[in-house]
Amino acid sequence: MKKTLVIGATSAIAEHCARLWAARGDALYLVARNEERLKTIAADLKVRGAAQAHSYCMDLNDMENHADMLDAAEAAMDGVDTVLIAHGTLSNQKTCEQSVGETLAEINTNALSTISLLTHIANRFESKQAGTIAVISSVAGDRGRASNYVYGSAKAMVTSFTSGLRQRLHKSNVAVVTIKPGFVDTPMTASFKKGLLWAKPAAVAAKIVRAIDKRKDEVYVPAFWWTVMAVIKLVPTQLFKKL
Amino acid sequence: MTATAQTAITTTISGWGGYPTQDAQVITPLSISAYKTHIQQEEKVIARGMGRSYGDSANAATVLQTTYCDHFIAFDTATGLLTVEAGLTLRDILKVTVKHGWFLPVTPGTSFVTVGGAIASDVHGKNHHVAGTFGQHVVSITVLLGTGEVVTTSPTQLPDLFHATCGGMGLTGVILTATIQLTPVKSAYITQKTIKAGSIEEACEAFEANSSSTYSVAWIDCLTTGKHLGRSVLMVGEHSDSGGLDLAIKAPISIPIHTPAALLNSLTMRAFNGAYWTKVAHNKTQTIPLLPYFYPLDAIGGWNKLYGKAGFAQYQFVLPKADGVGNMRKILTQIAQSGAGSFLAVLKQFGPANQNLLSFPIEGYTLALDFKMSPSVIDLLHRLDDMVADMGGRVYLTKDAVMREASFKTTYPKWQEFEKMRQKYGAISKFASAQSKRLGLA
Repeated sequence: MKKTLVIGATSAIAEHCARLWAARGDALYLVARNEERLKTIAADLKVRGAAQAHSYCMDLNDMENHADMLDAAEAAMDGVDTVLIAHGTLSNQKTCEQSVGETLAEINTNALSTISLLTHIANRFESKQAGTIAVISSVAGDRGRASNYVYGSAKAMVTSFTSGLRQRLHKSNVAVVTIKPGFVDTPMTASFKKGLLWAKPAAVAAKIVRAIDKRKDEVYVPAFWWTVMAVIKLVPTQLFKKL
Repeated sequence: MTATAQTAITTTISGWGGYPTQDAQVITPLSISAYKTHIQQEEKVIARGMGRSYGDSANAATVLQTTYCDHFIAFDTATGLLTVEAGLTLRDILKVTVKHGWFLPVTPGTSFVTVGGAIASDVHGKNHHVAGTFGQHVVSITVLLGTGEVVTTSPTQLPDLFHATCGGMGLTGVILTATIQLTPVKSAYITQKTIKAGSIEEACEAFEANSSSTYSVAWIDCLTTGKHLGRSVLMVGEHSDSGGLDLAIKAPISIPIHTPAALLNSLTMRAFNGAYWTKVAHNKTQTIPLLPYFYPLDAIGGWNKLYGKAGFAQYQFVLPKADGVGNMRKILTQIAQSGAGSFLAVLKQFGPANQNLLSFPIEGYTLALDFKMSPSVIDLLHRLDDMVADMGGRVYLTKDAVMREASFKTTYPKWQEFEKMRQKYGAISKFASAQSKRLGLA
């Protein structure tokens, strides 16, 4: 039985990962902001087979409470083997452009809160020389684009941070898995027109769970996004800025 | 994690038949408590689950999509009592319950339907003659009324609302949660016996002779005429006692695009039917896993696209048992003459009707087949509607896309009582679908 901490547990991707873990009989500790939805999901995961499904309600921007939350998770499950960090918001780029406050708030939610969590978790896993840390970053972090560079730059920070953390923790037997989803049909992207490039959260979750099992380094989900982003990164800036 | 309580998008929707289509605002509430806001904000709505009803019963200018309300609430593995949110699919239920030895008491021919849809359609399965409809195994449901009030209803609590809601096509309110009594099984397998019947008369006799079987269904060849009209293969089944409780679930292969409908022409299909008839062994017994037995088409994702972009109508009607066989022959002859029907149809026997106001089954024989959609098919279906009505039968609302108001009001005589219940519970001018408008419901 694995003991997994799911941070941002009401996100559609995280919830579908948790369903797969529940079906295996894992113990789950769920952290999210919306108490009603958190309770609903915890009850659901128990029926689906989770050995335990604890819930902890908090706003992850309250960074001073991160350590308490991690203590509570370790106490409830008698340790934590795997962490999935999946919380985030899809920034409204136009609003951010007109507001320093909005921009910094988005960076806070999508980058700094994750980095606070990673710092705590890395030290805990490093000291016990075991564990897997998976973080949902985004293809948007691979290259800043006019349409969503606030969100993208926050994710770029997460990607860079996890890259360095992976190197640091490699010798401590701790895996750091950076997950870069493309377009996923979730509540976060509800207002977008969906096309061929879009994936369902259940399908994306299956790939994420496999990547975590295999302790992969960096995965694009679905995998074709690796190719798409490789091409996008190759476009010369001279040309890119005019697109 | 966005703070918004809902998500909305404007898109084109249709039922599983792909006809008719409608541009709609699709609102997907994130939790069951969020529905109330939309009931109050929007003028008229209808709940929509997997979109597997064939016609326009889940089409409306504004639909409340139940995708994110797909949670289990409680499951007692000792008693088989299951409580879920209405957006959960039957397939997801089976993944959890079969390994504990519990199966759906009634299941339609696809597992890709939601519990809410199964109740609103009061679906039936291959065991209708012994188990009745899905609604007959529902212990209680919670319904969001047009007034914004959430009420619990059951056969003993607000029974009038319960009997209007089971089979009520979502027109009494939004079904939020349901408690269902599952049925115990010892195995994830079915023992099936196939019986060949050379004509519609022989097929109906075979149903009678096997009426003690838990499950029975016949595939009927719609291309043969004359003496062999209604040539069928009857499949009867019982839950097996052995084989274990592993559901052995496989991901469906998928039909990604619409195929030219010409692939399904009468020449190729006549050949297929002939070959199938020859291949099937009479009185053969075999053991089959639950999923392929109950849901053969679920193995092919998007099989509806095989009919091309114009879509298709699935037509299912029931004829009363008295004169049922002779009447079935008349209708089959009419369909064969039209040359427009599918090469295969599904024939079942129904047991007695229940007391739900708009529930489809009545005691007799029911036939379901597909028609590739075209203007002439609509005329044909109207002619068939008239024949069915004259014979005292009716057409299944869950599959209907074209029935006229007069046919509906003749063949569903409790429609006025249904409207009274909708009035009483605040559903009038709050819950409406393209179908309910077409059928002349308020």
